[in-house]
Amino acid sequence: MAKRKCPEINASSMADIAFLLLIFFLVTTTMSVDKGLSRRLPQPLPPDMEKPSVEVNKRNTFIVLLNSNNQLLVQGEFLNVKDLREKAKTFIKNEFNDPNMPVRKPMEVDYFGTVEVTKDHIISLQNDRMTQYQAYIEVQNELVAAYNELRDELSRAKFGIAYEALDEDRQKAIQTIYPQKISEAEPKNYGGKK
Amino acid sequence: MAKIRKAGKKEVPALSTSSLPDLIFSLLFFFMVATSMKEVTYMVEIRVPEATELQKLEKKSLVRYIYMGTPQREYQKAYGTETRIQLDDAFADIRQLEDYVVRERSAMKEDEQSLLTISIKADKDTKMGIVTDVKQALRRAYALKINYAASQRTEYHP
Repeated sequence: MAKRKCPEINASSMADIAFLLLIFFLVTTTMSVDKGLSRRLPQPLPPDMEKPSVEVNKRNTFIVLLNSNNQLLVQGEFLNVKDLREKAKTFIKNEFNDPNMPVRKPMEVDYFGTVEVTKDHIISLQNDRMTQYQAYIEVQNELVAAYNELRDELSRAKFGIAYEALDEDRQKAIQTIYPQKISEAEPKNYGGKK
Repeated sequence: MAKIRKAGKKEVPALSTSSLPDLIFSLLFFFMVATSMKEVTYMVEIRVPEATELQKLEKKSLVRYIYMGTPQREYQKAYGTETRIQLDDAFADIRQLEDYVVRERSAMKEDEQSLLTISIKADKDTKMGIVTDVKQALRRAYALKINYAASQRTEYHP
């Protein structure tokens, strides 16, 4: 009797199986990476301690208030969210040494030499308990955008490339010139019911 | 001298499909690697707010999520329609938050504990009151690195 030849395994259905799996993963997949605005919260206060009254020069603070109707009050005047970025930028930069804007102090920075930096400025963001979350994020976003734009402008002027493309040391240098200082005040309940 | 060909009809050979499975498998592997399944089933309604200056959350293992929003319809009978907090797969009270963070942190590797990031995934209509409470609780728990989850805004509509 002749030796029976082992028949080849039919692989034509392999494609179907693979397709099935592929479609399953296509359907369940969510390609979106998690993104968001990164922030750092301030250190907690010891429970028995009173809130320390930080002496901040008045001209160094940029006060942003957001009320329960999502309206914005910046440095005592009404403002549209769209204009916040420009206003914050002029404040942080204080190009013309305006006495109402943060103090410029000379500082030694790598790559730049001695530059005048508004390093003591602080942006204070206060919101009401009834403020809508989207409005709050929008304000945060505009403030972060102000910093990002300033850093990018400086980087382009000095190094000719975008801030994102710089190496770590140069980014650090720019960060010392424009340190991001957004303070979220201790919560208060401004008028209105809870 | 030219070779004389047989005058029979020339048949096109059948297309070989033997490499099709390999192709499909490579696609399959791509999707398996790139995919990220939903971490939990949402019990609250979440439409994240929109923003433009977004940063990617780097390492998934260092991130823990807090979900906030109004309960979905099937839970509304039991939990009402007020904004609620969801941790992992259950509704939670704000008082449980501190414990949760401490527990999660101690479960992490020691050298990574300081890198713990809390991502706040909240619905855009959430009131800031509860968000502020959560933030205060996180401060007390020393979870200072936070991230407000948001989606990329494509067009400006104030």
